[in-house]
Amino acid sequence: MSEKNSPILEVKGLKTHFFTKHGVSKAVDGIDFTLRKGETLGIVGESGCGKSMTSLSILRLIPSPPGKIAGGQVLYKGKDLVTLSEDEMRKIRGNEISMIFQEPMTSLNPVIPVGEQIAEALRLHQGMRKKEAWIKAVEMLRLVGIPSPEKRAKQEPFQLSGGMRQRVMIAMALACTPEVLIADEPTTALDVTIQAQILELIKDLQKKIGMGVIMITHDLGVVSETCDKVAVMYAGNIIEHAPTEKIFTNPKHPYTQGLLNSLPKIHEDQEELQTIEGSVPSPYNLPAGCRFASRCPHQKPLCHLQKPDLIEQNDGVKVRCWMYTDEWTKHTEKEGAVK
Amino acid sequence: MLMFILRRLIQTIPVVIGVTFVVFFIMQLVPGDPAVLLAGEGASKETVNAIREQLGLNRPLMVQYFDYLLNVFQGDFGSSLKNSQPVLDEIMVRLPITMELAFFSILITIVLGMAAGIISAIKPYSLTDTSVMLVALLGISLPSFWFGLMMMYFFSVKLQILPVAGWDSILHVILPALTLGAGGAAIVARMTRSSMLEVIRQDYIRTARAKGLREHVIIYKHALRNALIPVITVVGLQFGALLGGTVLVESIFAINGLGRMIVDAIRMRDLPVVQGGVLAASLIFVIVNLFVDVFYRFFNKRIELN
Repeated sequence: MSEKNSPILEVKGLKTHFFTKHGVSKAVDGIDFTLRKGETLGIVGESGCGKSMTSLSILRLIPSPPGKIAGGQVLYKGKDLVTLSEDEMRKIRGNEISMIFQEPMTSLNPVIPVGEQIAEALRLHQGMRKKEAWIKAVEMLRLVGIPSPEKRAKQEPFQLSGGMRQRVMIAMALACTPEVLIADEPTTALDVTIQAQILELIKDLQKKIGMGVIMITHDLGVVSETCDKVAVMYAGNIIEHAPTEKIFTNPKHPYTQGLLNSLPKIHEDQEELQTIEGSVPSPYNLPAGCRFASRCPHQKPLCHLQKPDLIEQNDGVKVRCWMYTDEWTKHTEKEGAVK
Repeated sequence: MLMFILRRLIQTIPVVIGVTFVVFFIMQLVPGDPAVLLAGEGASKETVNAIREQLGLNRPLMVQYFDYLLNVFQGDFGSSLKNSQPVLDEIMVRLPITMELAFFSILITIVLGMAAGIISAIKPYSLTDTSVMLVALLGISLPSFWFGLMMMYFFSVKLQILPVAGWDSILHVILPALTLGAGGAAIVARMTRSSMLEVIRQDYIRTARAKGLREHVIIYKHALRNALIPVITVVGLQFGALLGGTVLVESIFAINGLGRMIVDAIRMRDLPVVQGGVLAASLIFVIVNLFVDVFYRFFNKRIELN
């Protein structure tokens, strides 16, 4: 296996549950994926499907209590992050695995100059002296395209626009040249023009540093532009996992198909956008069968009885749906016979 | 920053004038005629009128007020009706004592209050948190005159480790300052705790964690500075309450400070002394508020003065 293709982060059967007085919420319920060096993995899904909790679980930043990693492994270069001590975990956070958050407006400390917010990570992880770290922080701000970075570094977040703050977040995340960058909806809160710039910037820097990127988003446009492969999440599970072009040209899972159908199309005359009927099941009370079954246009009794597994198809696409199993054909034949 | 302070200083001028206005007219509303009181019991109407004439008490109120205002700005707070000594001289003797008491009290309020608040917030709903907050609740609920007497009884009478009353050494400061500062400390503790808990939930604290910072750096550098912003306001307000409290505490511990001077003067209907005392206390409060605003601005540069 070449250097480029070696897996850097492997998530195996990860479960993150929240133990509240209303019951157990299975926000992330057994997910698997692999991220290789230099690769971009997209995790998509609607709000509440568990994509953000997945990313927070990797860095063990789940608010605890009530949250807890209830099972599975997060292997970073072969080390299981779930079992690391808090001290060892701290050395990985912001140093080897970094994160960019959704809300640039609230994710920076309002009373600390942005330069210092970058520099403190450098002093901590790279053992830099105060002056050296400051110079590097200014350099990082220049790298992410902030004009007159010497001046900006001394300013506090309220003096910067949303786009600039997100650039600062990126500069902060990349300051220690991490091996893995987790970008949790990095462009959601930004204007469309700024969105494109920020995505370009992440792609550029990824090429320079050669890091693996996990792009968490609900925006399929972002996925098509940036990702090599995509994991589609629904109610705490991955329901389809495929190379990006396959997701767009030949979506297999009815939910993925529904997501793509709900996008507006340029070449067709559409009166209304298509939607997926129904809503996501509550994470406190998940159905026994397929979690999408009640909204699925192809549903059969089988779907409600038993949960399908994530099974790899001939073309390398993994999908969690009965339609792509032998049971489905048997079931359909039986139905035909009854009729 | 300098412009900020300057502009803020200019803003205090109308406040000070307002204070003199309130101080002057409130005293007019207090029942009891100083002329009658000075003349003594059974004095003739003529004597009373003569005294009134002599002190200018028979002139229209507005005239008396502007006269008073003019004098105040020239540093003349009038003379005591009782012993004809200039009020300002008396204030200059009493004020340092009260300021010393206030300083140590507010120190206790800040140090004890913030420390307790932080300890509570670090492990919310733990046994430590619950106990600290219970003590704080007691601190808020106990009236200071009772708390002062209890402390006096315990430390001075029973254990005999601290002096009962008076104002000679640093040992004399401990009990009054504790009595005066305890209520404020309790309020500051509760405020610090809730403010810290609020801040710890913010996105930027998660960012700090994601950077791999140590817990104490997160608490003291990233959380506390943000959490202190509302606490500073409370401390500023507490200082006002504290000045009011000196009246009680100085009486309990027999300290010849400004508060006691005012109480004695009220009893005597010694108007100029009461006015001077209240005015001095108000001015201190105005100055402290000025400091609070400057601190506020230092902690949070987003604050702009319009």
